[in-house]
Amino acid sequence: MKGPASAARWHLATCHGCGLLSRTGAGQAARCPRCGTPLHARKPDSIARTWAFIVAAAILYVPANLLPIMETSSLFGAQQDTIMSGVVYLWVSGSWHLALVVFVASILVPMAKLIALVILALSVQSRARWQPLQRTRLYRLVELVGRWSMLDIYVVTLLVALVQLEALATIRPGSGALAFGAVVVLTMFAAMSFDPRLIWDVLERDDG
Amino acid sequence: MGVTESPLVACHDCDLLQREPMLPEGGVARCRRCGAILSRNHPRSSERALAFGLGALLLFLIANLFPIVGLSLGGDFVQTSLLGAARAMYRHDMRLVAALVLATTFVAPLAQLLALLYLLLPACLGRRPPRARLVFRGLTLVQPWGMLEVFVLGILVSLVKLAHLASVVPGVALWSFGGLMLLMAATSASFDARDLWTRLEAAR
Ligand SMILES: [Zn+2]
Repeated sequence: MKGPASAARWHLATCHGCGLLSRTGAGQAARCPRCGTPLHARKPDSIARTWAFIVAAAILYVPANLLPIMETSSLFGAQQDTIMSGVVYLWVSGSWHLALVVFVASILVPMAKLIALVILALSVQSRARWQPLQRTRLYRLVELVGRWSMLDIYVVTLLVALVQLEALATIRPGSGALAFGAVVVLTMFAAMSFDPRLIWDVLERDDG
Repeated sequence: MGVTESPLVACHDCDLLQREPMLPEGGVARCRRCGAILSRNHPRSSERALAFGLGALLLFLIANLFPIVGLSLGGDFVQTSLLGAARAMYRHDMRLVAALVLATTFVAPLAQLLALLYLLLPACLGRRPPRARLVFRGLTLVQPWGMLEVFVLGILVSLVKLAHLASVVPGVALWSFGGLMLLMAATSASFDARDLWTRLEAAR
């Protein structure tokens, strides 16, 4: 065996469910003989699917940040909050550490995740050979942090349920919350569709 | 290559085919090309996952039966549980958001726990439950969507925001969700799909 060899070259595939290595036939409908999870040497249509989810998420990213995620009506009148103004509110009211947490989870992570996925998809499409290890780590990071963007959805949900004080204030959810939730779900699908093994396939072919 | 051949494994992140090293107890094997975790040798991983999972299920019930937090101002007192919060979103015509909250904090973690216990309990007793493959498939599909740890952080952020507005009364479920988050993390960390399937295979 010379140089690195991928399992796919030997017509073998690892099961995503139980980790068993087994032979993949020519047929598409192969399943893991042990746990029954469908086997794919590579995720099907990985790049096309990843792009579709990236584009959809990027489009919804605009209303997610511009539309209000909640509306507060109090004795002093009505006020609309976007994701950003929520961060500013926390900052001004002295909770700068929480402001930072929400800023990272709600604004930085979704944007960084989209940029990272674009870099990954483009690099695989252009058969790039640079830094495969760093790109694999980038992918793992994207998978790890993506879920934390749900933070604001939960905060809005709890505030809407609790702030129903007739005497003082009531909070209603805004349509930005819907767009924001969609962005989180779509970027998660994008990350799930991407196959990090494609990063290494280019290197494989030249060594062979 | 050596004469004593350990089994071949392929890395799930870079697909490198390699021999699996013999692991000491508590050892972790990493891919030699990309560093992804190939396998772990944690003794009695299924028993530990089962114990943590049973504890998590108990806390899950408590966390959803009691209010998370209450808000009091003058004569007004409002409190909410997780399901109540999702219902409030639903009533405000945010059905998809309500469904998303419910799916990620209630349905997915519950399904994950029930599927784990369904597989682990018989496996630890040396049996194979019926439809193990189907349940395991459901488990792997539902796993990425449970987001209890994010929800707990969401509760904390809400508490800080609410503290500016009125006096906040922490409920029983607040602590339960904190404990549930830790137990779910311990369950996932202990669970080893390979160990489970080795046991299920042996039980056949
Ligand atoms: Zn690897």
